[in-house]
Amino acid sequence: MTLAIRHTVALTRRQLLNLWRQPWFVAITVVQPLIWLLLFGQLFKRVVELPGFHGGSYIQFLTPGVLIMSALFAGGWHGMGYIEAMDRGIMDRFLVTPAWRGALVAAGFLYGAVVIVVQSLVIVAVAFAAGASFSAGQVLAMFVLAILLGGGVAALSDALALVARQEETLIGAVQFVILPATFLSSGMMASDLLPGWIGDVARFNPVNWAVVGARVGSADWTIVGERAAWLAALLLVCAWLATRALRVYQRSV
Amino acid sequence: MESSAIVAEGLVKTYPKDVRALEGVGFAVETGTVFALLGPNGAGKSTTVKILTTLTLPDSGRAVVAGHEVVAQADRVRSAIGVVGQKHSVDPDATGRENLRLQGDLYGIPLRELRGRIEALLERFDLTADADRLVRGYSGGMQRKLDVAIGLVNKPRVLFLDEPTTGLDPEARAEMWVEIERLAREEEVTVLLTTHYLEEADRLAKELAIVDRGRIVAAGTPEALKSELRGDTLAVELDGGGSHDSSVLAAVAAVAGVREPVLEGSVLRARAEEGARAVPAVLAALEEAGIAVAAATVSRPSLDDVYMRHAGRSLRAAEQEETQS
Repeated sequence: MTLAIRHTVALTRRQLLNLWRQPWFVAITVVQPLIWLLLFGQLFKRVVELPGFHGGSYIQFLTPGVLIMSALFAGGWHGMGYIEAMDRGIMDRFLVTPAWRGALVAAGFLYGAVVIVVQSLVIVAVAFAAGASFSAGQVLAMFVLAILLGGGVAALSDALALVARQEETLIGAVQFVILPATFLSSGMMASDLLPGWIGDVARFNPVNWAVVGARVGSADWTIVGERAAWLAALLLVCAWLATRALRVYQRSV
Repeated sequence: MESSAIVAEGLVKTYPKDVRALEGVGFAVETGTVFALLGPNGAGKSTTVKILTTLTLPDSGRAVVAGHEVVAQADRVRSAIGVVGQKHSVDPDATGRENLRLQGDLYGIPLRELRGRIEALLERFDLTADADRLVRGYSGGMQRKLDVAIGLVNKPRVLFLDEPTTGLDPEARAEMWVEIERLAREEEVTVLLTTHYLEEADRLAKELAIVDRGRIVAAGTPEALKSELRGDTLAVELDGGGSHDSSVLAAVAAVAGVREPVLEGSVLRARAEEGARAVPAVLAALEEAGIAVAAATVSRPSLDDVYMRHAGRSLRAAEQEETQS
Protein backbone atom coordinates (compact mmCIF):
# COMPACT_ATOMS: atom_id res chain seq x y z
CA MET A 1 0.00 0.00 0.00
CA THR A 2 2.70 2.49 0.99
CA LEU A 3 4.55 1.43 -2.14
CA ALA A 4 1.50 2.17 -4.28
CA ILE A 5 1.34 5.64 -2.74
CA ARG A 6 5.03 6.19 -3.41
CA HIS A 7 4.59 5.17 -7.07
CA THR A 8 1.62 7.50 -7.45
CA VAL A 9 3.32 10.44 -5.77
CA ALA A 10 6.48 9.95 -7.85
CA LEU A 11 4.54 9.92 -11.12
CA THR A 12 2.36 12.88 -10.13
CA ARG A 13 5.38 14.94 -9.15
CA ARG A 14 7.03 14.07 -12.46
CA GLN A 15 4.05 15.35 -14.46
CA LEU A 16 3.66 18.52 -12.41
CA LEU A 17 7.37 19.31 -12.76
CA ASN A 18 7.12 18.83 -16.52
CA LEU A 19 4.16 21.19 -16.61
CA TRP A 20 5.93 23.75 -14.44
CA ARG A 21 8.88 23.79 -16.85
CA GLN A 22 6.63 24.85 -19.74
CA PRO A 23 5.51 28.29 -18.54
CA TRP A 24 3.68 29.17 -21.74
CA PHE A 25 1.63 26.00 -21.38
CA VAL A 26 0.72 26.95 -17.82
CA ALA A 27 -0.24 30.38 -19.11
CA ILE A 28 -2.51 28.94 -21.81
CA THR A 29 -4.13 26.59 -19.31
CA VAL A 30 -5.01 29.54 -17.12
CA VAL A 31 -5.72 32.19 -19.75
CA GLN A 32 -7.97 30.17 -22.04
CA PRO A 33 -10.80 29.79 -19.50
CA LEU A 34 -10.63 33.51 -18.82
CA ILE A 35 -11.09 34.20 -22.50
CA TRP A 36 -14.19 31.98 -22.51
CA LEU A 37 -15.46 33.66 -19.40
CA LEU A 38 -14.96 37.24 -20.51
CA LEU A 39 -15.81 36.70 -24.19
CA PHE A 40 -19.03 34.75 -23.62
CA GLY A 41 -19.77 36.98 -20.68
CA GLN A 42 -19.75 40.02 -22.94
CA LEU A 43 -21.28 38.43 -26.01
CA PHE A 44 -24.31 36.96 -24.23
CA LYS A 45 -24.54 39.60 -21.55
CA ARG A 46 -28.18 40.33 -22.21
CA VAL A 47 -29.53 36.77 -22.34
CA VAL A 48 -30.21 37.04 -18.60
CA GLU A 49 -33.02 39.42 -19.55
CA LEU A 50 -34.89 36.47 -21.07
CA PRO A 51 -37.63 34.98 -18.95
CA GLY A 52 -36.30 31.68 -17.62
CA PHE A 53 -33.17 33.21 -16.17
CA HIS A 54 -33.85 34.06 -12.61
CA GLY A 55 -32.11 37.38 -12.38
CA GLY A 56 -28.45 37.99 -11.56
CA SER A 57 -25.65 38.76 -14.00
CA TYR A 58 -24.66 36.47 -16.87
CA ILE A 59 -21.11 36.20 -15.48
CA GLN A 60 -22.64 34.87 -12.29
CA PHE A 61 -24.56 32.31 -14.34
CA LEU A 62 -21.71 31.49 -16.71
CA THR A 63 -18.85 30.96 -14.25
CA PRO A 64 -19.78 27.41 -13.18
CA GLY A 65 -20.27 26.51 -16.86
CA VAL A 66 -16.86 27.80 -17.92
CA LEU A 67 -15.22 26.25 -14.88
CA ILE A 68 -16.64 22.83 -15.74
CA MET A 69 -15.82 23.22 -19.44
CA SER A 70 -12.22 24.08 -18.55
CA ALA A 71 -11.97 20.98 -16.37
CA LEU A 72 -13.28 19.03 -19.33
CA PHE A 73 -10.51 20.39 -21.55
CA ALA A 74 -7.84 19.78 -18.92
CA GLY A 75 -8.98 16.15 -18.63
CA GLY A 76 -9.40 15.68 -22.38
CA TRP A 77 -5.82 16.63 -23.18
CA HIS A 78 -4.32 14.39 -20.51
CA GLY A 79 -3.85 11.50 -22.94
CA MET A 80 -1.39 13.60 -24.95
CA GLY A 81 1.16 13.04 -22.20
CA TYR A 82 0.63 9.28 -22.59
CA ILE A 83 1.28 9.43 -26.32
CA GLU A 84 4.47 11.36 -25.70
CA ALA A 85 5.51 8.80 -23.09
CA MET A 86 4.77 5.95 -25.50
CA ASP A 87 6.73 7.58 -28.33
CA ARG A 88 9.67 8.17 -26.04
CA GLY A 89 9.76 4.65 -24.65
CA ILE A 90 9.01 5.98 -21.17
CA MET A 91 5.77 4.02 -21.05
CA ASP A 92 7.55 0.76 -21.86
CA ARG A 93 10.16 1.48 -19.24
CA PHE A 94 7.44 1.99 -16.66
CA LEU A 95 5.69 -1.22 -17.66
CA VAL A 96 8.77 -3.38 -17.10
CA THR A 97 9.21 -2.13 -13.53
CA PRO A 98 7.30 -3.83 -10.72
CA ALA A 99 5.43 -0.58 -10.04
CA TRP A 100 1.68 -0.76 -9.40
CA ARG A 101 -0.12 -0.28 -12.74
CA GLY A 102 -2.91 1.70 -11.16
CA ALA A 103 -0.37 4.34 -10.10
CA LEU A 104 -0.32 5.54 -13.68
CA VAL A 105 -4.07 6.17 -13.63
CA ALA A 106 -4.10 7.50 -10.07
CA ALA A 107 -1.27 9.92 -10.88
CA GLY A 108 -3.22 11.14 -13.89
CA PHE A 109 -6.15 11.89 -11.60
CA LEU A 110 -4.05 13.73 -9.01
CA TYR A 111 -2.24 15.75 -11.65
CA GLY A 112 -5.57 16.65 -13.23
CA ALA A 113 -6.96 17.64 -9.84
CA VAL A 114 -4.06 20.04 -9.18
CA VAL A 115 -4.37 21.62 -12.62
CA ILE A 116 -8.14 21.97 -12.28
CA VAL A 117 -7.91 23.53 -8.82
CA VAL A 118 -5.38 26.13 -9.99
CA GLN A 119 -7.38 26.86 -13.11
CA SER A 120 -10.63 27.12 -11.13
CA LEU A 121 -9.12 29.43 -8.52
CA VAL A 122 -8.16 31.86 -11.26
CA ILE A 123 -11.59 31.62 -12.89
CA VAL A 124 -13.40 32.27 -9.61
CA ALA A 125 -11.09 35.16 -8.76
CA VAL A 126 -11.71 36.83 -12.11
CA ALA A 127 -15.45 36.20 -11.83
CA PHE A 128 -15.44 37.93 -8.44
CA ALA A 129 -13.56 40.86 -9.97
CA ALA A 130 -16.20 41.01 -12.72
CA GLY A 131 -18.95 41.35 -10.17
CA ALA A 132 -20.08 37.77 -9.49
CA SER A 133 -20.14 36.35 -6.01
CA PHE A 134 -20.21 32.78 -4.68
CA SER A 135 -20.51 31.35 -1.21
CA ALA A 136 -17.61 29.26 0.07
CA GLY A 137 -19.90 26.23 -0.14
CA GLN A 138 -20.61 26.82 -3.81
CA VAL A 139 -16.92 27.24 -4.57
CA LEU A 140 -16.27 23.92 -2.85
CA ALA A 141 -19.07 22.24 -4.82
CA MET A 142 -17.72 23.63 -8.10
CA PHE A 143 -14.20 22.40 -7.39
CA VAL A 144 -15.23 18.92 -6.31
CA LEU A 145 -17.51 18.39 -9.29
CA ALA A 146 -14.91 19.81 -11.70
CA ILE A 147 -12.26 17.45 -10.32
CA LEU A 148 -14.53 14.41 -10.52
CA LEU A 149 -15.58 15.16 -14.10
CA GLY A 150 -12.06 16.17 -15.20
CA GLY A 151 -10.58 13.05 -13.60
CA GLY A 152 -13.02 10.76 -15.39
CA VAL A 153 -12.38 12.44 -18.72
CA ALA A 154 -8.62 12.27 -18.14
CA ALA A 155 -8.83 8.51 -17.59
CA LEU A 156 -10.95 8.15 -20.73
CA SER A 157 -8.44 10.24 -22.68
CA ASP A 158 -5.61 8.03 -21.38
CA ALA A 159 -7.50 4.91 -22.43
CA LEU A 160 -8.04 6.30 -25.93
CA ALA A 161 -4.38 7.31 -26.15
CA LEU A 162 -3.27 3.79 -25.23
CA VAL A 163 -5.48 2.17 -27.83
CA ALA A 164 -5.12 4.69 -30.68
CA ARG A 165 -1.46 5.63 -30.00
CA GLN A 166 -1.77 8.62 -32.34
CA GLU A 167 -1.92 12.29 -31.47
CA GLU A 168 -4.23 13.00 -34.40
CA THR A 169 -6.88 10.58 -33.17
CA LEU A 170 -6.85 12.04 -29.70
CA ILE A 171 -6.94 15.65 -30.90
CA GLY A 172 -9.85 14.76 -33.19
CA ALA A 173 -11.76 13.03 -30.42
CA VAL A 174 -11.23 15.85 -27.92
CA GLN A 175 -12.29 18.51 -30.43
CA PHE A 176 -15.26 16.42 -31.50
CA VAL A 177 -16.52 15.74 -28.00
CA ILE A 178 -15.77 18.69 -25.73
CA LEU A 179 -17.54 21.63 -27.32
CA PRO A 180 -20.72 19.71 -28.24
CA ALA A 181 -20.76 18.15 -24.78
CA THR A 182 -20.57 21.63 -23.30
CA PHE A 183 -23.30 23.04 -25.53
CA LEU A 184 -25.53 20.03 -24.86
CA SER A 185 -25.70 21.17 -21.26
CA SER A 186 -26.97 24.14 -19.30
CA GLY A 187 -23.42 25.50 -19.13
CA MET A 188 -24.18 28.56 -21.24
CA MET A 189 -27.98 28.69 -21.20
CA ALA A 190 -30.61 28.23 -18.51
CA SER A 191 -32.09 24.71 -18.39
CA ASP A 192 -35.60 26.01 -18.95
CA LEU A 193 -34.54 27.70 -22.17
CA LEU A 194 -32.77 24.72 -23.76
CA PRO A 195 -34.58 23.30 -26.81
CA GLY A 196 -36.54 20.19 -25.82
CA TRP A 197 -34.21 17.62 -27.37
CA ILE A 198 -31.10 19.27 -25.94
CA GLY A 199 -32.76 19.22 -22.56
CA ASP A 200 -33.37 15.49 -22.98
CA VAL A 201 -29.78 14.82 -24.01
CA ALA A 202 -28.46 17.00 -21.21
CA ARG A 203 -30.07 14.82 -18.58
CA PHE A 204 -27.68 12.01 -19.58
CA ASN A 205 -24.72 14.28 -20.15
CA PRO A 206 -22.12 14.09 -17.36
CA VAL A 207 -21.08 17.63 -18.21
CA ASN A 208 -24.58 18.75 -17.34
CA TRP A 209 -24.53 16.77 -14.09
CA ALA A 210 -21.45 18.74 -13.09
CA VAL A 211 -22.82 22.08 -14.28
CA VAL A 212 -26.16 21.68 -12.50
CA GLY A 213 -24.45 20.68 -9.26
CA ALA A 214 -21.91 23.48 -9.52
CA ARG A 215 -24.61 26.06 -10.10
CA VAL A 216 -26.89 24.89 -7.29
CA GLY A 217 -23.96 24.77 -4.88
CA SER A 218 -24.69 25.21 -1.21
CA ALA A 219 -28.36 25.99 -1.93
CA ASP A 220 -29.13 22.27 -2.19
CA TRP A 221 -26.50 19.80 -0.99
CA THR A 222 -28.69 16.84 -1.96
CA ILE A 223 -28.44 17.72 -5.63
CA VAL A 224 -24.70 18.38 -5.32
CA GLY A 225 -24.17 15.07 -3.51
CA GLU A 226 -26.23 13.13 -6.02
CA ARG A 227 -24.38 14.58 -9.03
CA ALA A 228 -21.05 14.06 -7.29
CA ALA A 229 -21.96 10.41 -6.74
CA TRP A 230 -22.85 9.92 -10.42
CA LEU A 231 -19.60 11.55 -11.50
CA ALA A 232 -17.61 9.46 -9.03
CA ALA A 233 -19.18 6.32 -10.48
CA LEU A 234 -18.27 7.51 -13.97
CA LEU A 235 -14.72 8.21 -12.79
CA LEU A 236 -14.36 4.65 -11.50
CA VAL A 237 -15.63 3.18 -14.76
CA CYS A 238 -13.20 5.33 -16.76
CA ALA A 239 -10.29 4.42 -14.48
CA TRP A 240 -11.13 0.75 -14.96
CA LEU A 241 -11.23 1.28 -18.73
CA ALA A 242 -7.81 2.94 -18.60
CA THR A 243 -6.23 -0.04 -16.82
CA ARG A 244 -7.86 -2.35 -19.38
CA ALA A 245 -6.42 -0.20 -22.16
CA LEU A 246 -3.00 -0.60 -20.58
CA ARG A 247 -3.34 -4.34 -21.10
CA VAL A 248 -4.47 -3.89 -24.68
CA TYR A 249 -1.43 -1.71 -25.27
CA GLN A 250 0.88 -4.30 -23.73
CA ARG A 251 -0.50 -7.02 -25.93
CA SER A 252 0.12 -4.98 -29.06
CA VAL A 253 3.70 -3.84 -28.44
CA MET B 1 22.34 -20.10 -8.12
CA GLU B 2 21.00 -21.64 -11.27
CA SER B 3 23.33 -22.12 -14.18
CA SER B 4 21.02 -20.43 -16.68
CA ALA B 5 19.86 -16.87 -16.02
CA ILE B 6 17.59 -16.96 -19.06
CA VAL B 7 15.87 -19.91 -20.67
CA ALA B 8 13.54 -19.43 -23.61
CA GLU B 9 11.64 -22.28 -25.25
CA GLY B 10 9.56 -22.19 -28.43
CA LEU B 11 8.56 -18.53 -28.23
CA VAL B 12 5.97 -17.63 -30.83
CA LYS B 13 4.53 -14.16 -31.31
CA THR B 14 2.18 -12.92 -33.99
CA TYR B 15 1.17 -9.28 -34.31
CA PRO B 16 -2.13 -8.08 -35.78
CA LYS B 17 -2.48 -8.47 -39.55
CA ASP B 18 -0.76 -11.84 -39.27
CA VAL B 19 2.72 -10.45 -38.92
CA ARG B 20 4.75 -13.36 -37.60
CA ALA B 21 7.47 -11.84 -35.44
CA LEU B 22 8.72 -15.04 -33.79
CA GLU B 23 8.34 -18.58 -35.04
CA GLY B 24 9.68 -20.62 -32.16
CA VAL B 25 12.70 -18.97 -30.58
CA GLY B 26 14.61 -20.86 -27.93
CA PHE B 27 18.00 -20.44 -26.23
CA ALA B 28 19.67 -20.43 -22.84
CA VAL B 29 22.03 -17.88 -21.29
CA GLU B 30 24.60 -18.92 -18.74
CA THR B 31 24.53 -16.88 -15.52
CA GLY B 32 27.08 -14.07 -15.38
CA THR B 33 27.87 -14.01 -19.09
CA VAL B 34 27.13 -11.72 -22.00
CA PHE B 35 24.85 -13.23 -24.62
CA ALA B 36 24.11 -11.60 -27.97
CA LEU B 37 21.12 -11.93 -30.24
CA LEU B 38 22.50 -11.02 -33.64
CA GLY B 39 20.39 -10.25 -36.66
CA PRO B 40 19.03 -7.59 -38.99
CA ASN B 41 16.22 -5.18 -38.08
CA GLY B 42 12.90 -6.96 -38.07
CA ALA B 43 14.43 -10.38 -37.39
CA GLY B 44 12.63 -10.68 -34.05
CA LYS B 45 15.34 -9.60 -31.61
CA SER B 46 13.35 -6.82 -30.02
CA THR B 47 10.21 -8.92 -29.81
CA THR B 48 12.20 -11.58 -27.97
CA VAL B 49 13.45 -8.97 -25.51
CA LYS B 50 9.93 -7.60 -25.02
CA ILE B 51 8.69 -11.05 -24.06
CA LEU B 52 11.62 -11.81 -21.75
CA THR B 53 11.22 -8.46 -20.00
CA THR B 54 7.44 -9.02 -19.45
CA LEU B 55 6.50 -6.07 -21.62
CA THR B 56 4.41 -8.24 -23.90
CA LEU B 57 3.05 -11.79 -23.85
CA PRO B 58 4.06 -14.63 -26.17
CA ASP B 59 1.33 -16.48 -28.09
CA SER B 60 2.97 -19.71 -27.02
CA GLY B 61 6.21 -21.01 -25.58
CA ARG B 62 7.70 -20.31 -22.18
CA ALA B 63 10.60 -18.41 -20.70
CA VAL B 64 12.31 -18.29 -17.32
CA VAL B 65 14.35 -15.23 -16.34
CA ALA B 66 16.35 -15.08 -13.09
CA GLY B 67 14.51 -18.22 -11.97
CA HIS B 68 10.97 -16.91 -12.54
CA GLU B 69 8.40 -17.56 -15.24
CA VAL B 70 7.94 -14.43 -17.37
CA VAL B 71 4.20 -14.90 -17.76
CA ALA B 72 3.10 -16.38 -14.44
CA GLN B 73 5.58 -14.52 -12.21
CA ALA B 74 5.97 -11.28 -14.11
CA ASP B 75 6.40 -9.13 -10.99
CA ARG B 76 9.27 -11.24 -9.68
CA VAL B 77 10.97 -11.11 -13.04
CA ARG B 78 10.50 -7.33 -13.13
CA SER B 79 12.21 -6.88 -9.77
CA ALA B 80 15.20 -8.92 -10.89
CA ILE B 81 15.88 -7.34 -14.27
CA GLY B 82 17.06 -4.07 -15.76
CA VAL B 83 15.96 -3.03 -19.23
CA VAL B 84 17.53 -0.58 -21.62
CA GLY B 85 15.28 -0.20 -24.63
CA GLN B 86 16.21 0.41 -28.21
CA LYS B 87 15.02 4.00 -28.12
CA HIS B 88 16.17 6.46 -25.51
CA SER B 89 13.68 6.07 -22.73
CA VAL B 90 14.78 9.01 -20.64
CA ASP B 91 12.47 11.91 -19.93
CA PRO B 92 14.01 14.89 -21.75
CA ASP B 93 12.11 17.40 -19.60
CA ALA B 94 13.62 16.06 -16.40
CA THR B 95 17.19 16.26 -15.13
CA GLY B 96 19.46 13.24 -15.09
CA ARG B 97 19.10 12.96 -11.33
CA GLU B 98 15.30 13.20 -11.51
CA ASN B 99 15.20 10.42 -14.08
CA LEU B 100 17.18 8.15 -11.79
CA ARG B 101 15.10 9.13 -8.78
CA LEU B 102 11.81 8.30 -10.52
CA GLN B 103 13.09 4.88 -11.51
CA GLY B 104 14.23 4.22 -7.94
CA ASP B 105 10.80 5.25 -6.65
CA LEU B 106 9.12 2.83 -9.05
CA TYR B 107 11.26 -0.03 -7.70
CA GLY B 108 10.49 1.07 -4.15
CA ILE B 109 14.14 1.35 -3.15
CA PRO B 110 14.47 2.82 0.37
CA LEU B 111 15.21 6.53 -0.01
CA ARG B 112 18.45 6.64 1.93
CA GLU B 113 19.86 3.77 -0.10
CA LEU B 114 18.54 5.25 -3.33
CA ARG B 115 20.38 8.55 -2.83
CA GLY B 116 23.68 6.73 -2.49
CA ARG B 117 23.01 4.58 -5.54
CA ILE B 118 22.11 7.56 -7.67
CA GLU B 119 25.34 9.35 -6.76
CA ALA B 120 27.35 6.20 -7.44
CA LEU B 121 25.71 5.68 -10.85
CA LEU B 122 26.19 9.32 -11.86
CA GLU B 123 29.82 9.03 -10.86
CA ARG B 124 30.32 5.77 -12.67
CA PHE B 125 28.82 7.01 -15.92
CA ASP B 126 30.63 10.32 -15.69
CA LEU B 127 27.40 12.29 -15.45
CA THR B 128 27.85 13.96 -12.04
CA ALA B 129 28.63 17.38 -13.52
CA ASP B 130 25.47 17.28 -15.66
CA ALA B 131 23.20 15.60 -13.13
CA ASP B 132 21.02 18.66 -12.56
CA ARG B 133 20.72 19.71 -16.18
CA LEU B 134 17.66 18.81 -18.24
CA VAL B 135 18.32 15.68 -20.30
CA ARG B 136 17.11 17.58 -23.38
CA GLY B 137 20.54 19.20 -23.49
CA TYR B 138 22.52 15.94 -23.26
CA SER B 139 24.45 14.53 -26.21
CA GLY B 140 23.34 11.20 -27.69
CA GLY B 141 26.16 9.39 -25.92
CA MET B 142 25.29 10.95 -22.57
CA GLN B 143 21.61 10.05 -22.97
CA ARG B 144 22.60 6.47 -23.70
CA LYS B 145 24.77 6.35 -20.61
CA LEU B 146 21.89 7.68 -18.54
CA ASP B 147 19.65 5.04 -20.12
CA VAL B 148 22.00 2.32 -18.92
CA ALA B 149 22.38 3.95 -15.49
CA ILE B 150 18.57 3.96 -15.14
CA GLY B 151 18.54 0.28 -16.05
CA LEU B 152 20.96 -0.41 -13.19
CA VAL B 153 19.20 1.51 -10.40
CA ASN B 154 17.61 -1.65 -8.99
CA LYS B 155 20.88 -3.63 -9.13
CA PRO B 156 19.46 -6.14 -11.59
CA ARG B 157 20.73 -9.69 -11.82
CA VAL B 158 19.88 -9.78 -15.51
CA LEU B 159 20.29 -6.78 -17.77
CA PHE B 160 18.67 -6.48 -21.20
CA LEU B 161 20.27 -4.10 -23.66
CA ASP B 162 18.34 -3.68 -26.88
CA GLU B 163 20.81 -2.36 -29.47
CA PRO B 164 22.83 -0.44 -26.90
CA THR B 165 25.22 1.17 -29.37
CA THR B 166 23.02 1.87 -32.38
CA GLY B 167 23.43 5.50 -33.40
CA LEU B 168 26.48 6.12 -31.20
CA ASP B 169 29.72 7.53 -32.54
CA PRO B 170 32.74 5.18 -32.44
CA GLU B 171 34.13 6.72 -29.27
CA ALA B 172 30.87 6.44 -27.35
CA ARG B 173 30.47 2.90 -28.66
CA ALA B 174 33.89 1.90 -27.36
CA GLU B 175 33.04 3.35 -23.93
CA MET B 176 29.79 1.41 -23.87
CA TRP B 177 31.60 -1.81 -24.71
CA VAL B 178 34.00 -1.34 -21.82
CA GLU B 179 31.07 -0.72 -19.49
CA ILE B 180 29.20 -3.84 -20.63
CA GLU B 181 32.30 -6.01 -20.21
CA ARG B 182 32.79 -4.63 -16.73
CA LEU B 183 29.21 -5.39 -15.73
CA ALA B 184 29.54 -9.03 -16.57
CA ARG B 185 33.05 -9.47 -15.22
CA GLU B 186 33.00 -7.46 -11.99
CA GLU B 187 29.37 -7.50 -10.97
CA GLU B 188 28.32 -10.87 -12.32
CA VAL B 189 25.34 -9.38 -14.08
CA THR B 190 24.00 -11.56 -16.85
CA VAL B 191 23.68 -9.40 -19.95
CA LEU B 192 21.50 -10.13 -22.95
CA LEU B 193 22.16 -7.69 -25.75
CA THR B 194 20.76 -7.45 -29.22
CA THR B 195 22.81 -6.04 -32.01
CA HIS B 196 23.17 -5.89 -35.73
CA TYR B 197 26.86 -5.19 -35.43
CA LEU B 198 28.87 -8.34 -35.95
CA GLU B 199 31.97 -6.92 -34.31
CA GLU B 200 29.94 -6.05 -31.23
CA ALA B 201 28.72 -9.61 -30.77
CA ASP B 202 32.18 -10.94 -31.53
CA ARG B 203 33.87 -8.72 -28.99
CA LEU B 204 31.37 -8.86 -26.11
CA ALA B 205 29.45 -12.11 -26.24
CA LYS B 206 30.53 -15.34 -24.70
CA GLU B 207 27.78 -16.99 -26.69
CA LEU B 208 25.46 -15.71 -29.36
CA ALA B 209 22.45 -16.72 -31.36
CA ILE B 210 21.84 -15.62 -34.92
CA VAL B 211 18.23 -14.59 -35.50
CA ASP B 212 16.76 -14.45 -38.96
CA ARG B 213 13.09 -14.05 -39.89
CA GLY B 214 11.79 -14.97 -36.45
CA ARG B 215 13.98 -18.05 -35.99
CA ILE B 216 17.31 -18.84 -34.45
CA VAL B 217 19.40 -20.20 -37.26
CA ALA B 218 22.65 -20.80 -35.35
CA ALA B 219 23.93 -20.55 -31.78
CA GLY B 220 27.18 -21.06 -29.90
CA THR B 221 30.38 -19.28 -28.99
CA PRO B 222 31.75 -16.99 -31.70
CA GLU B 223 34.82 -19.23 -31.97
CA ALA B 224 32.81 -22.44 -32.32
CA LEU B 225 30.58 -20.88 -34.93
CA LYS B 226 33.56 -19.63 -36.89
CA SER B 227 35.40 -22.92 -36.67
CA GLU B 228 32.39 -24.75 -38.07
CA LEU B 229 33.27 -23.07 -41.29
CA ARG B 230 36.16 -24.98 -42.75
CA GLY B 231 38.87 -23.07 -44.56
CA ASP B 232 39.05 -19.46 -45.65
CA THR B 233 36.64 -16.91 -47.02
CA LEU B 234 37.16 -15.92 -50.61
CA ALA B 235 35.70 -12.64 -51.85
CA VAL B 236 35.98 -11.68 -55.51
CA GLU B 237 34.75 -8.33 -56.73
CA LEU B 238 33.58 -8.50 -60.33
CA ASP B 239 33.61 -5.76 -62.91
CA GLY B 240 30.34 -4.59 -64.36
CA GLY B 241 28.26 -3.73 -61.27
CA GLY B 242 25.39 -6.04 -60.38
CA SER B 243 24.68 -7.33 -63.86
CA HIS B 244 25.91 -10.88 -63.24
CA ASP B 245 23.91 -14.06 -63.45
CA SER B 246 24.24 -17.66 -62.40
CA SER B 247 26.90 -18.33 -65.01
CA VAL B 248 29.36 -16.87 -62.49
CA LEU B 249 28.34 -19.42 -59.88
CA ALA B 250 28.53 -22.23 -62.40
CA ALA B 251 32.03 -21.21 -63.42
CA VAL B 252 33.29 -21.17 -59.82
CA ALA B 253 31.45 -24.29 -58.70
CA ALA B 254 33.60 -26.29 -61.08
CA VAL B 255 36.83 -25.28 -59.32
CA ALA B 256 38.16 -28.00 -57.02
CA GLY B 257 38.34 -27.09 -53.30
CA VAL B 258 35.88 -24.20 -53.57
CA ARG B 259 32.47 -24.50 -51.86
CA GLU B 260 29.29 -22.60 -51.21
CA PRO B 261 29.63 -19.82 -53.77
CA VAL B 262 27.14 -16.97 -53.29
CA LEU B 263 26.70 -13.93 -55.52
CA GLU B 264 25.53 -10.68 -53.96
CA GLY B 265 25.52 -7.71 -56.33
CA SER B 266 28.98 -7.62 -57.85
CA VAL B 267 30.64 -9.57 -55.04
CA LEU B 268 31.17 -13.29 -55.26
CA ARG B 269 31.83 -15.09 -52.00
CA ALA B 270 32.90 -18.67 -51.49
CA ARG B 271 34.65 -20.88 -48.99
CA ALA B 272 37.97 -22.50 -49.84
CA GLU B 273 40.08 -25.12 -48.07
CA GLU B 274 43.18 -23.11 -48.70
CA GLY B 275 42.25 -19.68 -49.87
CA ALA B 276 45.60 -18.58 -51.26
CA ARG B 277 45.80 -21.65 -53.50
CA ALA B 278 42.25 -21.38 -54.70
CA VAL B 279 42.59 -17.78 -55.90
CA PRO B 280 44.51 -18.47 -59.14
CA ALA B 281 42.14 -21.31 -60.05
CA VAL B 282 39.06 -19.20 -59.41
CA LEU B 283 40.46 -16.29 -61.39
CA ALA B 284 41.29 -18.59 -64.26
CA ALA B 285 37.81 -20.09 -64.26
CA LEU B 286 36.21 -16.64 -64.29
CA GLU B 287 38.47 -15.48 -67.09
CA GLU B 288 37.56 -18.53 -69.12
CA ALA B 289 33.88 -17.69 -68.64
CA GLY B 290 34.57 -14.17 -69.90
CA ILE B 291 34.02 -12.43 -66.54
CA ALA B 292 36.35 -9.57 -65.63
CA VAL B 293 37.60 -9.32 -62.04
CA ALA B 294 38.33 -6.09 -60.14
CA ALA B 295 39.76 -7.46 -56.90
CA ALA B 296 40.08 -10.64 -54.86
CA THR B 297 40.65 -11.10 -51.12
CA VAL B 298 41.20 -14.07 -48.84
CA SER B 299 40.38 -13.92 -45.13
CA ARG B 300 39.93 -16.12 -42.07
CA PRO B 301 36.28 -16.87 -41.26
CA SER B 302 34.41 -14.03 -39.53
CA LEU B 303 31.00 -13.88 -37.90
CA ASP B 304 29.82 -12.30 -41.12
CA ASP B 305 30.62 -15.59 -42.85
CA VAL B 306 28.81 -17.49 -40.11
CA TYR B 307 25.78 -15.32 -40.66
CA MET B 308 26.01 -15.83 -44.41
CA ARG B 309 26.26 -19.56 -44.01
CA HIS B 310 23.18 -19.86 -41.79
CA ALA B 311 20.92 -17.09 -43.06
CA GLY B 312 21.81 -17.56 -46.72
CA ARG B 313 22.61 -13.87 -47.15
CA SER B 314 25.04 -11.36 -45.72
CA LEU B 315 23.93 -9.29 -42.76
CA ARG B 316 24.21 -6.15 -44.85
CA ALA B 317 21.97 -7.56 -47.58
CA ALA B 318 19.49 -8.71 -44.96
CA GLU B 319 19.41 -5.22 -43.48
CA GLN B 320 18.69 -3.72 -46.88
CA GLU B 321 15.95 -6.25 -47.55
CA GLU B 322 14.27 -5.53 -44.24
CA THR B 323 14.38 -1.78 -44.69
CA GLN B 324 12.88 -2.11 -48.17
CA SER B 325 10.04 -4.36 -47.09
